[in-house]
Amino acid sequence: MSVFKRVQNILPVILSIAFALLAWQLIVQVTQLPRFILPAPADVWTRFVKALMDGSLLYHTRITLAEIVLGLLSGIAFATVTGYMLAKSRSLEKILSPYLVASQAIPVVAIAPLLVIWLGDGILSKVVICALIVFFPVLVNTVVGVRAVPTALYDLMHSIRATRLQILLKLEVPASLPVLLGGLRIGATLSVIGAIVGELVDAEQGLGFLLQLGDFQYDTSMVFVAVFTLIALALSLYGVVTLLERKFLKWQK
Amino acid sequence: MTTRPILTVQDLSVVFPDSNGGLRALEDISFEVCPREFICFLGPSGSGKTTLLRAVANLLQPTTGRVHFIHHQHPKIGMVFQQASLMPWRSALDNIKLPLELEGLGESKARKKALEMIELVGLQGFEDSWPRDLSGGMAQRVGIARALIHDPDLLLLDEPFASLDALTRERMWTELSRIWQARQKTVIMVTHSINESLFLADRVLVLTQRPGKIKLDVEVDLPRPRKDDIRYTPHFGKLARKLREAIE
Ligand SMILES: Nc1ncnc2c1ncn2[C@@H]1O[C@H](COP(=O)(O)OP(=O)(O)O)[C@@H](O)[C@H]1O
Ligand SMILES: [Mg+2]
Repeated sequence: MSVFKRVQNILPVILSIAFALLAWQLIVQVTQLPRFILPAPADVWTRFVKALMDGSLLYHTRITLAEIVLGLLSGIAFATVTGYMLAKSRSLEKILSPYLVASQAIPVVAIAPLLVIWLGDGILSKVVICALIVFFPVLVNTVVGVRAVPTALYDLMHSIRATRLQILLKLEVPASLPVLLGGLRIGATLSVIGAIVGELVDAEQGLGFLLQLGDFQYDTSMVFVAVFTLIALALSLYGVVTLLERKFLKWQK
Repeated sequence: MTTRPILTVQDLSVVFPDSNGGLRALEDISFEVCPREFICFLGPSGSGKTTLLRAVANLLQPTTGRVHFIHHQHPKIGMVFQQASLMPWRSALDNIKLPLELEGLGESKARKKALEMIELVGLQGFEDSWPRDLSGGMAQRVGIARALIHDPDLLLLDEPFASLDALTRERMWTELSRIWQARQKTVIMVTHSINESLFLADRVLVLTQRPGKIKLDVEVDLPRPRKDDIRYTPHFGKLARKLREAIE
């Protein structure tokens, strides 16, 4: 891609952000709301620089990121393994699906306090909440992806006497990857929500904690900084999935 | 031929379960194939040709009867499917290479062999193409190369040339004869083209409409190598007529 093309792609994004900032500034000036209700962009920027310099922002971001990554990875691991078994066995699906569907009827917010009581207010409870919220979309996409592997390709693999492991690695994984990555895309965004929900229940650290702290102290600029950092995290995760898709789904276009 | 058959099929029947008592696809099929023999199954569509090949390849369990290989050994099989059945996430070359990968051959050796196969089927320049960018005929040639690359003992071909244009098809006939003679393979091919079966086979077996039964078993005693113009000889004409009558 040429530099010109790149600029052309990014330009609308930059313009829209600039426009939003401008609108924000205008609202602040027109309404004259106190800073603890609606801080100006410049206030948030100052607060951001301060939190960056005193190390608190990086510290809390690292904690939340760790929860998200661990939760995401364990959620994906459990979901793909369970999903694969469900896709392969109709009877297992019949046994498990009532529980799976029921579990989806309960919002994670409702069980998050329970998990914090059971697992403590440390990082573990957040990782588990995060994994739970990621689990279902990845599971569903795994089942759909594995079920959609063409029978003709199973015939091919059996005709050259592929082992179970070879069928898994050379057929089922690559064939279901597009759908699986679709599930990951959803899961990645949800994982950020999971970690924050956990931290909001009870935590001594993390961006959710920072957010709540800002709230208690009427440090609204701090709340904004935390929210923007969360957005940045979610966008980066989304970007990672997009990179994976670019790398592994070249053949699709 | 006095050699022991490499493959014996005995009283094979296949019934697919359906809502009214089962769909009988094949009934009482018995035949033998000798090593290095090229046999063709000829039959209208729906007569169970694909089902027969799948039973021989052990891809489906016959309802009754059995498929028996010499020394009870399942031979190494190369199969060409009616639809090319390529993996869309692999380039043409990587599709061809698949059987060698499964055998655990080293990457560089596998690649080298795959490039030879690319040349054999005339796909130079398309090594790195994705299947979606190949025409039907080209995809089918990739499938043929993939079936041959691991040097199988038994080749199973399911209407492999049906999607090719007439010119390419006839070139592939010549190629296949050449490969078959050079590599001493046993071939079972399924087709609905009388010309194709007479051009290639030692023996042609005609299947009836569903349920498929063997209606005719003809020795094709045309001299080899068979050139294009063999089809204008009186003997070819006589055999063709015999087959055509059996099909109708
Ligand atoms: N897996 C299957 N399940 C049910 N019916 C099948 C299956 N495979 C083939 N059939 C049926 O068996 C008959 C023979 O099919 P097939 O072997 O594909 O014939 P051909 O290859 O000669 O066209 C057809 O009526 C087809 O619909
Ligand atoms: Mg068929």
